[in-house]
Amino acid sequence: MQRIGVFVCWCGSNIAGTVDVHAVAEALKNEPGVVFSTDYQYMCSQAGQDIIKNAVKEHNLTGIVVCSCSPRMHEATFRKTAAAAGLNPYMVEIANIREQCSWVHKNMQTGTEKAIILGKAAVAKVNLNTPLTPGESPVTKRALVIGGGIAGIQTALDIADAGFPVDIVEAKPTIGGKMAQLDKTFPTLDCAACILTPKMVDVAQNENIRIFSYSEVQEIKGFVGNFDVTIKKKARFVKEEICTGCGACVEKCPMKKIPNEFNLGMDNRRAIYIPFAQAVPKVATIDPNACNMLKNGKCGVCSKVCTAGAIDYTQKDEIISEKYGAVVVATGFNPISMDKFDEFAYNQSKDVITSLEFERLTNAAGPTAGKLLRPSDLEHPHTIVFVQCVGSRCAACAEKGKEYCSKICCMYTAKHAMLVRDKYPDTEVYVFYIDVRTPGKNFDEFYRRAVEEYGVKYIKGMVGKVTPEGNKLKVQASDLIANKQLHIDADLVVLAAAIEPDKSARSLATMLTASMDTNDFFTEAHPKLRPVESPTAGVFLSGACQGPKDIPETVSQASAAASKVIGLLCKDKLTGNPCIASANELMCNGCSTCANVCPYGAITYEDKEFMMPDRTKALRRVAQVNPAVCQGCGACTVACMSGAMDLRGFMGSQIIAEVDAICK
Amino acid sequence: MQKITRDTLVSKAVSLLENGTVDAVLGWGKGEFAYDVTPTVFETADEIRENFVWNDFCGANFSKYLVSKTRKLEGKILVFLKPCDTYSFNQLLTEHRFDREKVYVVGVPCEGMADISKVKAITGDGISAIDFTDNGLVITTLYDDEPKTVAYEDILAERCVNCKSKKHVAYDELLGETGEVLESARFDEVAKIEALTPDERFAFWQGELSRCIRCNACRDVCPACTCEKCVFDNPNSGAENKAPANSFEEQMFHIIRAFHVAGRCTDCGECSRVCPQNIPLHLLNRKFIRDIDNFYGEYQAGAEVGTRAPLVDYNLDDLEASDVFERRDSE
Amino acid sequence: MQVNEYKPLIVAFCCNWCSYAGADLAGNNRLNYPADVKIIRVPCSCRVNPMFILRAFQRGADGVIICGCHPGDCHYTSGNYYTRRRMALLFSMLDYLGIERERTRLEWVSAAEGAKFAATMNDFAEKVAALGENKRLEDLRCKK
Repeated sequence: MQRIGVFVCWCGSNIAGTVDVHAVAEALKNEPGVVFSTDYQYMCSQAGQDIIKNAVKEHNLTGIVVCSCSPRMHEATFRKTAAAAGLNPYMVEIANIREQCSWVHKNMQTGTEKAIILGKAAVAKVNLNTPLTPGESPVTKRALVIGGGIAGIQTALDIADAGFPVDIVEAKPTIGGKMAQLDKTFPTLDCAACILTPKMVDVAQNENIRIFSYSEVQEIKGFVGNFDVTIKKKARFVKEEICTGCGACVEKCPMKKIPNEFNLGMDNRRAIYIPFAQAVPKVATIDPNACNMLKNGKCGVCSKVCTAGAIDYTQKDEIISEKYGAVVVATGFNPISMDKFDEFAYNQSKDVITSLEFERLTNAAGPTAGKLLRPSDLEHPHTIVFVQCVGSRCAACAEKGKEYCSKICCMYTAKHAMLVRDKYPDTEVYVFYIDVRTPGKNFDEFYRRAVEEYGVKYIKGMVGKVTPEGNKLKVQASDLIANKQLHIDADLVVLAAAIEPDKSARSLATMLTASMDTNDFFTEAHPKLRPVESPTAGVFLSGACQGPKDIPETVSQASAAASKVIGLLCKDKLTGNPCIASANELMCNGCSTCANVCPYGAITYEDKEFMMPDRTKALRRVAQVNPAVCQGCGACTVACMSGAMDLRGFMGSQIIAEVDAICK
Repeated sequence: MQKITRDTLVSKAVSLLENGTVDAVLGWGKGEFAYDVTPTVFETADEIRENFVWNDFCGANFSKYLVSKTRKLEGKILVFLKPCDTYSFNQLLTEHRFDREKVYVVGVPCEGMADISKVKAITGDGISAIDFTDNGLVITTLYDDEPKTVAYEDILAERCVNCKSKKHVAYDELLGETGEVLESARFDEVAKIEALTPDERFAFWQGELSRCIRCNACRDVCPACTCEKCVFDNPNSGAENKAPANSFEEQMFHIIRAFHVAGRCTDCGECSRVCPQNIPLHLLNRKFIRDIDNFYGEYQAGAEVGTRAPLVDYNLDDLEASDVFERRDSE
Repeated sequence: MQVNEYKPLIVAFCCNWCSYAGADLAGNNRLNYPADVKIIRVPCSCRVNPMFILRAFQRGADGVIICGCHPGDCHYTSGNYYTRRRMALLFSMLDYLGIERERTRLEWVSAAEGAKFAATMNDFAEKVAALGENKRLEDLRCKK
């Protein structure tokens, strides 16, 4: 049986004005478990807190009920008071008789009656309170960044700067991501490579950063502060630590007709290749599907020309296991496939290209060495049509495209159009748009310049059809403002394809038990207040994996994620919230219903041996709640049919006791 | 009458037992009367030959028994499942209630099962013998000199009249052929009750539920009720009671029970079959099923293994609780 | 005519992060609502077990209202979505059994909506009072 002390606060006249505080203290004296009851002007004052502390000692109290203002106001205060008096802080309950009683009721009698009932409910609850202790778990002071684009790079650099070791896992042979493929960046028009490649070098040279390129995350177990991650480092058949990146092997490789991914298949690479000149790590990789030596055991040229002796045809995939305290997801985006957009003749004509392909066409390191030439006949195009929102904002055609706005297309299309007009003033440039969206620093000015200074023809309306005819592309479109149909003979059509999360994100989310939205973008812990954290503790979001973003936004989110990671890694121990769920194993069915509703992936299952009612032993699957991950929402407690799952601090029996006290 | 014969089932069970595929057989065994069969675990061929029953009274759904039976078993157990039973089987697998590897499922086709209370309504009590003929059941009672013939369609159980599926959704082996998912009129009764006024609905349910004697048979037979410890037996749950003291407690029991199986109930109809007071409990379960179908899209529990039950899932644009009546009334 | 002295008893389950704070705000702004409304604090509306609601009715409550964060604003991201499904089904079932549908309600009240909280409680209390005492769901033994 508890020994409960009741402390009724006047809050000056805030409470005492509408509630007869003496009567409340008096009435609660008779409640089960109550051994002491008093009232005082300001319970939260030092003198008031001393009354509580003294009463705890004098009356050997095991539980405290404070009838006062909202627990959102002073619960923490009174918990500290209890702790100072040697009580477990979770043996305190507050009856909210100010905000939810004296302030909303005018009549002394009803106010007092209600205050007594609220006090009774609190007493009923404290009778069932148990001392709670927050759990502690250690923190592994190393971070994992999945994805080596600009988001991953920035996050890794910031974490490493704070002195913590970071590993980057990148699926491609080099870090750099999409930004490495871009030509110029809006709205400043500085060259992407000029600002990205120094950062890539910084990553390579940073002592705190390890790069696992050409690698993928295979398995993630554990929880915040304690992730166990298995990384598969795919065989590149070149010894990374020996290869100097001289490129002699690439020059001599006889397999010359392999579509070059970096240039989106617009030119070819060899079977052994370095994706681009500034690749990090700058080492060669052999494509096992193209290399004659690996496929048929015939060739071996690269091995012969490599003076460093770096080629190793027998190399195997390597499995690395490492512990991390935090995981940052930076898996980025891809343009969607244009296969379903037949109306734009993407698959029929080489001269219908996506914007990313256009980037490569205008890039000095691209397939045309930066000269704007049409892919089909390498002629200079004189009329270019840009089509915006291809697959974006596509509510009516959700099976083809995406319902959301891809956000970056308006600006990069303005950039492309402007660059074309700048370099080739004889070119006619049309941009077809639904809306032009330019919310960003200097963004609208940039777009206005494209229209006003560079004479890009912006036309509100969509392109209905593109038909290749001879060496022209017949573009049929509507001008919604002039309300007429347009027919343009174009030489090149550029499609602003919608962007979507990288395909690897889905399986990664499953491994991390991190939630995703219907478009496979990662969800934030809170859409406004915790935008760089996943609801799964210890998992952070960086860049376009969370939603479409341009470079400045990506970099700011990357740094924000890094600061959250640093905040976590600075701690030696994590102290949990003790008000969390736990399963009574004897009652648990192991049915997985609770794990299905848990927003944090805090629940796992274990097979345990139990003594059954008939005195035989049996293995049963039972739920285990990870106290470091559970946030205490209680969704599982209601999902659980057997009632095995309960929530400390808000136990079913406690809430029922409150209901009963109120309804008595 | 069942098209597949007892001999087919017996020889299948015996051969699988004798060739070592299974170590035990879960089937219908002889009961006290001709119409009551007992779920039985057979361990020898002789027992099967002697006691195995297969007739129009083999309504019992064995899925639930697998939870306890497989736990103690070292090897494999053979279980005979009718089409509707296989849905419960899948639902239990979804909830990890037993190890699939320990079970060998033989699917048996079902022509619909008889409801003994419908039989008795025609023949009266004191049934001493039943013959299964092509024309119907030939029933001998202690009180009548002449046996009575009862047509199958007159005594088909409600759940079989409104059979939702003849398709086996899980099996290792089939005897005979599996059928199709059927269009059934199983929600008509629910719709009728919904169309009543609140007072009429209350009176209807009071009339039904006040007969409840809290024998717990509905819970004990329900393949969705496999909790290690039921909330109604747990003093801490806030729902524990052994016998109802008033009309509300019956309601509370049945609301909570139906809620606990909502989205998991396959509508096998076992609860209504075993209710000694003939309370149409399936009408509670079907109400939830119908609401789930209406509110969140059609969902058949147990149609596949591993699906997410509607109550552990959500859509961002789900119906608001305040709009449920509007939705229903507009139908 | 006799004046109806009857006062309903209303149990309100409020989630800690939005609705309980909304109720506090109603207090801060001195917005009146009937003293018949008694609030029970839960971490999230998804903590409210249908059993608690039935228990309240059994013990004599005349109305039960559950308040949570607006969809999309749940402190735990998805708790209120589960609540919405659970309550939709439960309320529909109670109605099916002939219980007056006005006795139960699910309402989204944010921490900024003190006025909405008070208005909701006033409206709910009024509707429940109009129904009169809860006879259909009450456990008679608990009556004084």
